[in-house]
Amino acid sequence: MSTILSLPGPDGRVPKRNYITNENGLLSWLLTADHKRIAILYLISITFFFFIGGALAGLIRLELLTPQSDLMAADTYNKIFTMHGVVMIFLFLVPSVPATLGNFLIPIMIGAKDLAFPKINLLSWYLYLAGGAMTLGAMITGGVDTGWTFTTPMSTHFSNTNVITTGLAIFIAGFSSIFTGLNFIVTIHRMRAPGMTWFKLPLFVWANYAASILMVLGTPVLAITLVLVVLERTIGIGVFDPLKGGDPILFQHLFWFYSHPAVYIMILPGMGVISEVISTFSRKRVFGYTAVAFSSVAIAVFGFFVWAHHMFIMGVSNYAVLVFSLLTMLVAVPSAIKIFNWAFTLYKGSITFETPMLYAFGFMGLFTIGGLTGVFLGSSGTDIHLTETYFIVAHFHFVMVGGMLMAFLSGVHFWWPKMTGRMYPEKISQLAAVVTFIGFNFTFFPQFLVGMLGMPRRYAAYPQEYQVLNVFSTAGATILGVGYLLPMIYLVWSLKYGQVAGANPWQATGLEWQIQSPPLTENFTVTPIVTQDVYDYEWLERQKEHEVTHVG
Amino acid sequence: MSDSHAVAEAGHAEHHGPEYLRHHFVSMDQQTETVSFGMWLFLLTEIMFFGGLFTAYLIYRNWYYPAFVAASHTLDIKLGAFNTLLLITSSFTMAMGVWCSETKKKTGLILSLVATLILGLGFLGIKTIEYSEKFEKHHVPGTTFDIKGFVHPSAEALAGGEKALAPDMAAKTEVYFSLYFAMTGMHAVHMIIGIALLCGMLWKATRGGYMNGHIAFVENFGLYWHFVDIVWIFLFPLLYLISRH
Repeated sequence: MSTILSLPGPDGRVPKRNYITNENGLLSWLLTADHKRIAILYLISITFFFFIGGALAGLIRLELLTPQSDLMAADTYNKIFTMHGVVMIFLFLVPSVPATLGNFLIPIMIGAKDLAFPKINLLSWYLYLAGGAMTLGAMITGGVDTGWTFTTPMSTHFSNTNVITTGLAIFIAGFSSIFTGLNFIVTIHRMRAPGMTWFKLPLFVWANYAASILMVLGTPVLAITLVLVVLERTIGIGVFDPLKGGDPILFQHLFWFYSHPAVYIMILPGMGVISEVISTFSRKRVFGYTAVAFSSVAIAVFGFFVWAHHMFIMGVSNYAVLVFSLLTMLVAVPSAIKIFNWAFTLYKGSITFETPMLYAFGFMGLFTIGGLTGVFLGSSGTDIHLTETYFIVAHFHFVMVGGMLMAFLSGVHFWWPKMTGRMYPEKISQLAAVVTFIGFNFTFFPQFLVGMLGMPRRYAAYPQEYQVLNVFSTAGATILGVGYLLPMIYLVWSLKYGQVAGANPWQATGLEWQIQSPPLTENFTVTPIVTQDVYDYEWLERQKEHEVTHVG
Repeated sequence: MSDSHAVAEAGHAEHHGPEYLRHHFVSMDQQTETVSFGMWLFLLTEIMFFGGLFTAYLIYRNWYYPAFVAASHTLDIKLGAFNTLLLITSSFTMAMGVWCSETKKKTGLILSLVATLILGLGFLGIKTIEYSEKFEKHHVPGTTFDIKGFVHPSAEALAGGEKALAPDMAAKTEVYFSLYFAMTGMHAVHMIIGIALLCGMLWKATRGGYMNGHIAFVENFGLYWHFVDIVWIFLFPLLYLISRH
């Protein structure tokens, strides 16, 4: 199989002075203000929470292997799926790409020495940890059973579990997300190197910029909503309590005003990764660069006006349903723009199939299915049948796991040589990508079918006739688990034994590939002056031809 | 910044900025603009934070108009107006503080900050009096909430033009007071955070801080303080003033 890989060879060395070796000792990491080190801290902590969330998912699938509620009691099951959702959404998906890859790459990609507010960046990691620790504490001391949506009046009146601790944990973790977003927006506006105009920014930066808008504008609304839930539970104010004249639907409006844009917080940075990977591994400029850049912003803007599609069966007015249904269809347009432009980027490109590209292909297929089934749910007629069934579970797992997680793994593999200075082992990681893809489809495709047949979500037991599809799903989850464990093992292995990567193993454009791997603490020894257009692979090819004629 | 940036700073000898120019900025201009942009963005998140409460208020005010009117009449408009005056004055003294730090007047800065501190504390003190009155009248949402005063207003209130509410509408005054406490409470939390920051700033100012031209903290704190003031400028008419006879 052809490859674009270009390594320094056996006598290559990882540079002695870099951001990892610059200082030693635990404290130098815990008190660092270097965006690259904070990215690594985030990477370790979100991986930890990913495996906790994954273990909980394993328990859910194990319970659903049989129709009876036999592995655990029904209320334990409620707590397990709640914690799975809370951990995966707030502690893994929301910070996944922005806080790790974004933190590491955005300053380098725009030619800056650090994010605008390095200490706030560190603070955001500590807030994340505090939120994570509180969530774990709530989980160990009895859990919470409201579902990750904290639906009132269940959460305010009827649940006797740790709603307050979990709510405050998310409140705190939310501030970590606000600070990350704020830092990114300010950095991208004010810290670009000379010559780095908006339309020379890599699409990864555009995507993170759009996601940051959502973080900054959406998360505070979730924060105040959770505060009100906590106040209602503790001192008994009546904003959401129907007995006192409050309205639980208002809670839904406020909650989804954040939580719908939150899915774009999760997916947009992933789309940014895919743009970089597809361009690099087809050796072409991203087709319709401007359209892809603006489609990110369009998703962020439209994303704020579709929240009520989560509430079609909750008693919102029919006219509201019509409007929100239309707006939901509209948000599919910029997403489709991206998919089509990636497809056209591939067209007549010199495609190679390294691991990041395999994950990117996985993303494109699965995200398309996930996105199109979203249209089913956005149409009010089919939504009434499909909502609250496994169809919805399958839909958002296609987008979040099939889309976002594939993009995350794609990005981690793509920039692994930059972050660590060493290559991951190619063959086994290609295998892991394929295993993940197969396992994923086995797990979640049957859930579309079983949801179509009417199996409701969030129950520990189900009628006998759904068992076959559930067994498929559980078996697939086992394969998927293997697909996630493999990278964990070989990536750690590669830290010591991987081949030395050199500065630009993928022969990619982009400022991050023009500096040593791993980078220096100060990123650039001299402030770069950007004259090159973004993704200019044609230019790169011509340079190489030029070199050959000289040497020959 | 600690020694983790020793290397970065060594490679940075070409920048001849003042010592408070952080290593990752090219110039003082860039640093100042970046920091104030960050602050404005933070205030935007604060607007969204209070926005949720204002939305709830507008919706319920529309639904339960008579209850909201009756409940707002129980607030003491004089205390509210006095508090508004205190806050606006404190915004002025804060603006004076920023000006004094710009023109490097140490005594002026300290006096302005002390005045701001006193006015802020005064606001919280009066808020406490108002809150305790709510406790006495059983207007605090929760188990002790009592609607008697709205169903059977006192003779004095009736003479003042107050109308008795039907019990089901009177019950909705609890929503009003829920929002009253949530909104003014969140505002008070912001005041308390502001006062804590103010104390830190004052401590530094008495030791000669902010006299070398590096006044980003004073300026941005000023923005925060004005923002908290502006929130109150919206809260005061919404909660106290509108629909008064």
